[in-house]
Amino acid sequence: MSTNIPEGKEAAVKLADSDFAADRREHDVRAAVGDYWSRVRSGDLGAVPAILGLAGLVVLFTALRPETFLSTGNIANLSTQALPVTILAMGLVFVLLLGEIDLSAGVASGVCAAVMAKLMVDAGQPWYVAVITAIGVGIVIGTAIGWLVSVVRIPSFVVTLALFLGLQGITLRLIGDGGTVPVRDDVIVALANKNMPVWLGWTLAVLCAAGYAATQLWRWRRQRERGLVGRPLVLVAGQVAVIAAALLVATYVLSLDRAPSPLIVISGIPWGVPLVGVLLIICTFVLGRTPYGRHVYAVGGNAEAARRAGINVTRIRMSVFMIASTFAALSGIAAASRLNSITPDAGGGTTLLLGVGAAVIGGTSLFGGKGKARDAVLGGLVIATIDNGLGLLGAKAYANFLITGGVLLFAASIDALARRRRAATGR
Amino acid sequence: MSVTTPLLELRGVDKSFGSMKVLRDVAFSAYPGEVTALVGDNGAGKTTLVKCIGGIHPYDSGEYLFEGRPVRLGSPRDAAALGIEVVHQDLALCENLDIVQNLFLGRERRRGLVLDEATMEELAAKTLSGLSIRTMGSVRQRISTLSGGQRQTVAIARAVLWDSRLVVLDEPAAALGVAQTQQVLELVRRLADQGLAVVLISHNMNDVFAVSDRIAALYLGRMVAQVRTADVTHTNVVELITSGRSGDLGLPR
Repeated sequence: MSTNIPEGKEAAVKLADSDFAADRREHDVRAAVGDYWSRVRSGDLGAVPAILGLAGLVVLFTALRPETFLSTGNIANLSTQALPVTILAMGLVFVLLLGEIDLSAGVASGVCAAVMAKLMVDAGQPWYVAVITAIGVGIVIGTAIGWLVSVVRIPSFVVTLALFLGLQGITLRLIGDGGTVPVRDDVIVALANKNMPVWLGWTLAVLCAAGYAATQLWRWRRQRERGLVGRPLVLVAGQVAVIAAALLVATYVLSLDRAPSPLIVISGIPWGVPLVGVLLIICTFVLGRTPYGRHVYAVGGNAEAARRAGINVTRIRMSVFMIASTFAALSGIAAASRLNSITPDAGGGTTLLLGVGAAVIGGTSLFGGKGKARDAVLGGLVIATIDNGLGLLGAKAYANFLITGGVLLFAASIDALARRRRAATGR
Repeated sequence: MSVTTPLLELRGVDKSFGSMKVLRDVAFSAYPGEVTALVGDNGAGKTTLVKCIGGIHPYDSGEYLFEGRPVRLGSPRDAAALGIEVVHQDLALCENLDIVQNLFLGRERRRGLVLDEATMEELAAKTLSGLSIRTMGSVRQRISTLSGGQRQTVAIARAVLWDSRLVVLDEPAAALGVAQTQQVLELVRRLADQGLAVVLISHNMNDVFAVSDRIAALYLGRMVAQVRTADVTHTNVVELITSGRSGDLGLPR
């Protein structure tokens, strides 16, 4: 092979002006749609499978139970049903982004909820002391896992499997065999059982929609002014319109009176929903806009590259387990609020699997490096819809297990296949 | 070129791993504005020498002069502080991130708590344009969508983004096709033309003769010759690599 540098150099200089012509050009809608389609074909599916799955499930259950599934009461029920699994999944997204797993997040939520319940019932502490302590317990558990995984370097699978057993022992010790601790505190119970005043719900929904539109349009303008890569205005506006419409329609449905008897009025958004909203905004901001979030993606994508770039991989690895356990504590509180009580098996059973399943169904990869906070919300809704729909159909327990397990496996298969596809098209 | 002081000069560097003597009394210089090719057979000690230059391995004895001043490197960070960047054979890019994000990885620009994406994107586009890097499309492409040559280009661009003075490239064209190799070699040449000192490790004599100003040949841990590329032939260099001597060059008979 012969190389003639001077010639090549001149050619390169001539071409320099046209570098990144693609960046300076305003993308038109067709190019953007083409880009998106090529991303989907190369295995980067984004939120598409979760949204399609959710739509499919809604159609299916509406067809099978037309009079109950889409009733306002059931929709409100669905939204609180999704609370614990969504919050748990949101914390797990951070762990999954590193390609790690936290099998103990479910039972950690049980321990934290048990601590909260014991403090309120036995020690007579006010709810905020109990909640702060429960979150503190979550942070301690997460720190322990993070230390064992990132410093001692035990695989996270083994560490959290050990804690999965150990923490169940702690819950059992706290609650007592066969015991139940009731949760009667007004504030805690309100989280999943009480609703916001209708006017407050509308105010928040409109504020959120307006805020979302403002940030998106602001970013679009800024990218255009500085000549950066951006999407066409039509697409940005379309996305804003769809999300705003979804927000407002949900608010409208939840603001209708859903009381079974005409004597009382039950309406408004359940208090847990804005909690998830706040967590979603915080996580999206941290993952997408801060150096910390960028480093989480980098460690998940290529830990060695991140280390060489000067990122403290140990600290990042430790932090995601702390975040997951903290969210597990919040999830445990939400579950306790929904059930009004804590039993020794709180957070056991399928809790963790459903949390991981929600994150994966939403689009987070089990292989690390890919995932968003919103995946937890979408996946949580899918999981809750399956649970809710099967309940309405009166499915037997065995069918419930089989179907939920099947859905989980299906989501993981899509993830694995999409990853193969990505590897194959990485020219 | 009338450059007299080397940017980097090693004198009498020894390095052993246990009882294995990997580098013996090695002298090596790299000059600003020039490409110095480092050649040698497998196991000759090229990679070890590069790791000593990059501060990854401490050397046992010898002198390390940067701009004529003796320095002691304790870690890759010290090397980076001097403006020495090594692009390793495995490129260490995050495939799930885009070009801009990789270029600024670990050294993100921020405004308060938030990443300053706009400034980073502008700087990235400017750096890549300054290196006349073409055929890359958008700077917001993910690394996973890039070809091997484009990835190599991104890795090199990352090394020169930080006012580097000396860039060491470990087999940048090893796994590339003809056209991509040509692009990377052009880039290597441009780096030197912009005044950087470039050290290029390569097995390919065509590549070496195409871009280098000087050739340094290692043979079994010894630096057997450091010559101007114009003064030697293909055959000379191959003989230096395989037997340590070629005519008057290399080890004494």
